[in-house]
Amino acid sequence: MKRVVLALALVVACPAAADSNLPPAYWSDRQLPDPRQEAQAQKLMDEIRCLVCQGQSIADSNAELAGDMRDLVRRRIAAGEKPAAIRGWLVQRYGSWISYKPTDEPAAWPLWLAPLALLVIGAFLLRHRIRLRRGG
Amino acid sequence: MRAARFVPLAVLALLLAGLVWRLATPGDTTVGSKLQGQPVPAFALAAAVPAKPGLSAADLASGKPRLVNIFASWCVPCIGEVKVLQDLKARGVAIDGIAVRDRVEDVADFLARNGDPYERIGSDPQSGVQISLGSSGVPESFIVDGRGVIRYQHIGAIEPADVPLILAKLEDAK
Repeated sequence: MKRVVLALALVVACPAAADSNLPPAYWSDRQLPDPRQEAQAQKLMDEIRCLVCQGQSIADSNAELAGDMRDLVRRRIAAGEKPAAIRGWLVQRYGSWISYKPTDEPAAWPLWLAPLALLVIGAFLLRHRIRLRRGG
Repeated sequence: MRAARFVPLAVLALLLAGLVWRLATPGDTTVGSKLQGQPVPAFALAAAVPAKPGLSAADLASGKPRLVNIFASWCVPCIGEVKVLQDLKARGVAIDGIAVRDRVEDVADFLARNGDPYERIGSDPQSGVQISLGSSGVPESFIVDGRGVIRYQHIGAIEPADVPLILAKLEDAK
């Protein structure tokens, strides 16, 4: 019985808090009053990668750090800074890792060339197929 | 033309091998700061506890290397790290703290419980300075040389086994 109770207690136990006791930053979940600025911020936030939930954008992530980064992005946009400058500021700190927007660095060339290469391979295969059919 | 039949199978085998390889040896997910080798960005943080001064970028260019520890009272690995920091302090290392998303009473309680190796502690309530340093979590530590240039970043808690490395990096920063 004791074991069962203990096991049940473990099931409902709260994991140790990994979040702070402070409320979310002011602009983390609040839209900017100017719709044009909010649209700019939203577009940028969709393309900035969350440091905690890697694979999510800061717009999607519920991590506190992502909230603080949304706050940072909205504050800077509201202050008149260009989205490209904010992205650059983040890339300077975290590398191009932080941005989802593909760059033109040599490391990203395969990304740009892959569709072309696949098209060429596809055309080649198709030609081969058509020839076979005609021949047969 | 016989061999061509097996091309799709070979492609599949390659794909599977690639997937199994990445499952067995997952890539490194830590994100290091690109500011190593560059001056600490300007910042000025208010004191996290009344008993100690806050922290600014100017405080870090003090003429000798310093260890800047980014921590939080709500961070579990930080508790164990304090003992190692105190060991470093006993060896003459100057340590400053940045308390991320923390309240005065929580930081004071954390220091009273676990010990206090810090000379200055700045409060970073919205992770702004943490982000401007290129740090991605707590705990993390930066070694800053006497001119205020970031020389080394340690991601995660400094374990007792890391002490010789940290001391060597501090020596390098002299």
